[in-house]
Amino acid sequence: MKQKSTFFVTLLVLLLVLSACGVVDALSGDAAVRVYSGRHYDLEEAFANYADETGNDVEFLFGGDAELRERLDAEGESTLADVFMTVDAANLELAASDSLLQPMDAAVVDGLPDNLVHPELLWVGLSKRVRTIMYHPDRVDPSELSTYEDLTDPKWQGRLCMRNSNNVYTQSLVASLIYHHGYDGALDVVSGWVANDTEIMSNDVLILQTIAAGGCDVGITNHYYLARLLEDDPEFPVLPFWANQDGRGVHVNISGAGVTANADDPELAEDLIRWLATEGQEEFVYGNHEYPVNPSVPPPPSIAGWGDFKEDPLNAQQFASLNAEAIRLMSEAGYD
Amino acid sequence: MTGSRRPLWSTITLAAVLAVLAPIALVGLGAISPSGDAWGQLWAGPLPGMLWSTLSLLVLVGGGALMVGTSLAWLVTAYDFPGRRVFTWALMLPLAMPAYVLGFVFLAVFDFAGPVQTALRSVFGFDVWFPDVSSIGGAALVMTFTLYPYVYILARSAFREQTPATYESARMLGDSRFVALRRVVLPMARPTLAAGVALVIMETLTDFATVQYFNVQTVSVGVYQVWRGMFDRETAVELAALVLLIAILVLGLERLFRGSAKFFQRGAPREIERVTLRGRRSALAIGACGGVLAFAIVLPIAQLLVWMFTSTGTVGDIGRAFEYLSNSLGLAVAAAVGAVVVAVLVAAGSRFSGSGLVRKAAHLVTAGYAVPGPVVAIGVLVIVSWLSGAMGRNPTGLVLLSLTGLVYAYVVRFMALAYGAVDASLEKITPATVDAAHTLGATPSRVMRQIHFPMAGAGAAAGAVLVTIDVLKELPIVLLIRPFGFTTASIWVWELASESRWSSAAVPALLIVVAAMIPIVIYLRRERRDSVILSDPPLVGAGARR
Repeated sequence: MKQKSTFFVTLLVLLLVLSACGVVDALSGDAAVRVYSGRHYDLEEAFANYADETGNDVEFLFGGDAELRERLDAEGESTLADVFMTVDAANLELAASDSLLQPMDAAVVDGLPDNLVHPELLWVGLSKRVRTIMYHPDRVDPSELSTYEDLTDPKWQGRLCMRNSNNVYTQSLVASLIYHHGYDGALDVVSGWVANDTEIMSNDVLILQTIAAGGCDVGITNHYYLARLLEDDPEFPVLPFWANQDGRGVHVNISGAGVTANADDPELAEDLIRWLATEGQEEFVYGNHEYPVNPSVPPPPSIAGWGDFKEDPLNAQQFASLNAEAIRLMSEAGYD
Repeated sequence: MTGSRRPLWSTITLAAVLAVLAPIALVGLGAISPSGDAWGQLWAGPLPGMLWSTLSLLVLVGGGALMVGTSLAWLVTAYDFPGRRVFTWALMLPLAMPAYVLGFVFLAVFDFAGPVQTALRSVFGFDVWFPDVSSIGGAALVMTFTLYPYVYILARSAFREQTPATYESARMLGDSRFVALRRVVLPMARPTLAAGVALVIMETLTDFATVQYFNVQTVSVGVYQVWRGMFDRETAVELAALVLLIAILVLGLERLFRGSAKFFQRGAPREIERVTLRGRRSALAIGACGGVLAFAIVLPIAQLLVWMFTSTGTVGDIGRAFEYLSNSLGLAVAAAVGAVVVAVLVAAGSRFSGSGLVRKAAHLVTAGYAVPGPVVAIGVLVIVSWLSGAMGRNPTGLVLLSLTGLVYAYVVRFMALAYGAVDASLEKITPATVDAAHTLGATPSRVMRQIHFPMAGAGAAAGAVLVTIDVLKELPIVLLIRPFGFTTASIWVWELASESRWSSAAVPALLIVVAAMIPIVIYLRRERRDSVILSDPPLVGAGARR
């Protein structure tokens, strides 16, 4: 038995060494772009296609946006990452202001809308996600809906479901409220939601399922979670409503990327980002039912039926600088 | 060995302790001067609420685990009923179930849109009452049923270790079984029970994945929120120091509860004569054991299996499942071996040093268990980056360095589990034994080889099992330090779960559960083999840090 367990331990440590060798092997291959990515929706396939088309391999490491930024910072010059990719604008902007990114060639962002590109080309948005109002068509008439702010109206008492304050999407939405209304104005809005006994939930899918099951009438989620649920069940009884169309437009965040300051081969990194914004754009955004940043690519068929909308122009600097305020505000308002 | 001082051993011990504390200290030093501004805002804002949630959760989970663990242990020790032998070992298995997995299954099944409430509504109408499961109560329930095995394992060892003489005397003097339990058995097991509860509380205190599902804002969640969301690493670390402080208070309380009493038992330990339960009572016993297992193991595994076979979503690259699993296991075993080696070095070394101060300082190696994972990870990352800067950009070297860093971080984080077990085993060596060896002319190194190492063996095995299980389930550290292309089963769960693809996460979640059961089963086989020697229940020391 003693020999046996020694044998097992040796075997397992050997396995670890073997997999380490595998990792090393992969790393010492030909030209490879290495990506730190906060995003992982079907990204593997897009990267595999890129490798097929260009002959450049892509290695990626998934993680949380903030953790990967922290890691990039801690690693400094010794980092192996060439590209930093996130699922929200705040962390991109923070990486840029912490000098963790380097400017890209103007050709990379050619044809993309100005507000989705950093002024000094430190990062670029690659797909758009809309955080909007969701409702149950049997219990809510869309004419009752208008803005995020209107959800403070007492008529929504006990009918709302929203996402918790720990979530970066909630934080960005509240940051945009602070930007538009100032701290006190935004506090009124969030306090108004709380006063309506809003049910706070820990993920967007739960919100949508609760609306479908009748636990809430209205919620706020990212649009692609609904698209995903509809893909599984075309009869799923929830519809999106584009918020604030008569005003500033609906709240939009981006998933984006930049070239790291210490990239081995910045040109290779730029090429991957350019590809994701052009030839690869369709595959990149369709996999997760997002909206393309490239004007020449149509929205995915799965969500094209939801129609056009006016969007609140993205201001990443505001997202980054107001995020901490947003957390403070939610705690002051008693929004968990 | 008393009296004589050995500076070499002091140096070795202290060096090992420093190496283990270095990552935590590094991060901590960065935040040595409290940023008054941020603290003022935290104190005026969410901090009181966070403290309240944390304390409530600790009391609920600590109390719950104590009750469930102790009563189940007493049930399988003092009574006989059909299935008792199977339950005895099966009741340890929930240790293999990560709380974050049971948490999301629990919410999926019992929340408003889940099958249970939907069924209730369809029978009793829309307004049927159901407790709010997405609450501190729900979180406490889930954590109690994944963490009670710590108490159960230790309590069972303590009950088995006690000589039945005292219990039987109490019975003969006319105490009922219950009174004898309350007045004799439990007080004598108190130090061990306190140690078990302390482990449960440390795990609860540093968790920040499970509590977030239930939207419970503990101080550990606060660390995360301040760090990720407010981009304020300093304040985050100071909050982490607050977590450490709570842990120290809890351990102080544990000492208080344990008292200075030390129970030495005379006579050969043998098991208490079991009372055979019949009829309704036996059904109740089976129901209690079965109910706990149904909730903590059967329900989640059944739901995961249903998801696995019905889910239409993408699971990711299932062909690499074996690779992920072997990465997980290799990492866990390497960390367990590392932790046990350092634990033996420190526990034995501090004894050889002959210095009371070194002996006390040695206990500091356990600090990592009370620090949230990300804090340890950042400290290790900084060290790894220094080294890799010195090494140049050599990809092979960087990967090996990063894997070594991972193992290092786990040794730091889970040292308490290994050290506690080893230290408790060594505690059984009486000074008389050592003196006798010396008198007979044995050199110190021979004493260590022939007395301390063999004695440490049992504790080391138990410690290794606990570290292995915890590493298999661990997430924030591996997420932050791993090299490119290195994915484990827990990372796979996270990738899917963080995108709310719960049902797709079934496959990797099952992988973790099965993998974590392996060390438990190996340990149990060992225990059965050793069961002749009742005086040596290895896991008993896991929590006893003295």
